[in-house]
Amino acid sequence: SLSYPRLLMALPLSSRRLSLPVSPQAAMTKLAQWLCGLALLGSAWAALALAPPGLQPPAPLRQALLPLPVYLLVAFGCYSLATVGYRVATFNDCEEAAAELQEHIRAARADLRRQGLRL
Amino acid sequence: MAARGPGRVSVLLPTYNERDNLPLVVWLLVRTFGDSGIDFEIIIIDDGSPDGTQEVAQQLEKIYGSDKIFFLFPSGTAYIHGMKYATGNFIVIMDADLSHHPKFIPEFIRKQKEGNFDIVSGTRYKGNGGVYGWDLKRKLISRGANFLTQVLLRPGASDLTGSFRLYRKEVLEKLMEKCVSQGYVFQMEMIVRARQLGFTIGEVPISFVDRVYGESKLGGNEIVSFLKGLLTLFATT
Repeated sequence: SLSYPRLLMALPLSSRRLSLPVSPQAAMTKLAQWLCGLALLGSAWAALALAPPGLQPPAPLRQALLPLPVYLLVAFGCYSLATVGYRVATFNDCEEAAAELQEHIRAARADLRRQGLRL
Repeated sequence: MAARGPGRVSVLLPTYNERDNLPLVVWLLVRTFGDSGIDFEIIIIDDGSPDGTQEVAQQLEKIYGSDKIFFLFPSGTAYIHGMKYATGNFIVIMDADLSHHPKFIPEFIRKQKEGNFDIVSGTRYKGNGGVYGWDLKRKLISRGANFLTQVLLRPGASDLTGSFRLYRKEVLEKLMEKCVSQGYVFQMEMIVRARQLGFTIGEVPISFVDRVYGESKLGGNEIVSFLKGLLTLFATT
């Protein structure tokens, strides 16, 4: 019978490598990187959390592992909301830049008129 | 023609219906370069504006001299066309509607020298960069989209959709060959491809003064095409 540890071993080496190729020409696409990362983590989780009775890790560990993907998703969701919220709140309002621009526009119009531009 | 120093900057200004803003942008550019002693030329590429932008461009050419400013009729992509005529070693791409202030260009140049960067990108999201004229909803969309882009593409630059940048001429030429998208996504693709090709990117905080937002709200269509573009870049780069 096919056990989960054996399935893990059957994964190609490239997707188990944690560092990805660095040279500009040979880099994986971001999608491929994500799929590899998810496959890696997913298979590790499946191997441990869904193992048949003979190969199960101790009960407390299994209890923590089973809902882990959902926890991580929720945690990422919270992180995203907090980060975007913080960045919106601290988004600089360039009042002085706008005021300065108005001044410059006035000066520019006057000068251009003098130089003969028909506005 | 005056001798061209190695630090000459060519400013590419694609315009459409910028009859009012174009003279102001050009005046600011001339003043900025004059004050900082940087050798420059301005290339205006107008896409057949019905409001008389072309006449204004030609008047400006007469006022400032055609070794400093010249006007091109568009042929194909404005950038590619403009680049053929650019004589500078550095090319600045910016908006002609006064949302980008020329005063940042000397800072771009300083930054470029500092790190010998291939590209210097103006960022609204870091340091004292920022925006004027956006309401909460617009800021939320902007930061949300940028966050999504950072998570998916990990681009190594904080402002991917910004269009105020300085490029080395050879770098821009190389990138224009490879980039295929349009609009916001085009700006993003430039940065992503630049990283793929191993080009270095420096950043300078800029202020973006949006005087147009009130008239042209960010529509559902633009958001959808942004997402499509983002996912395409995610899957292909």
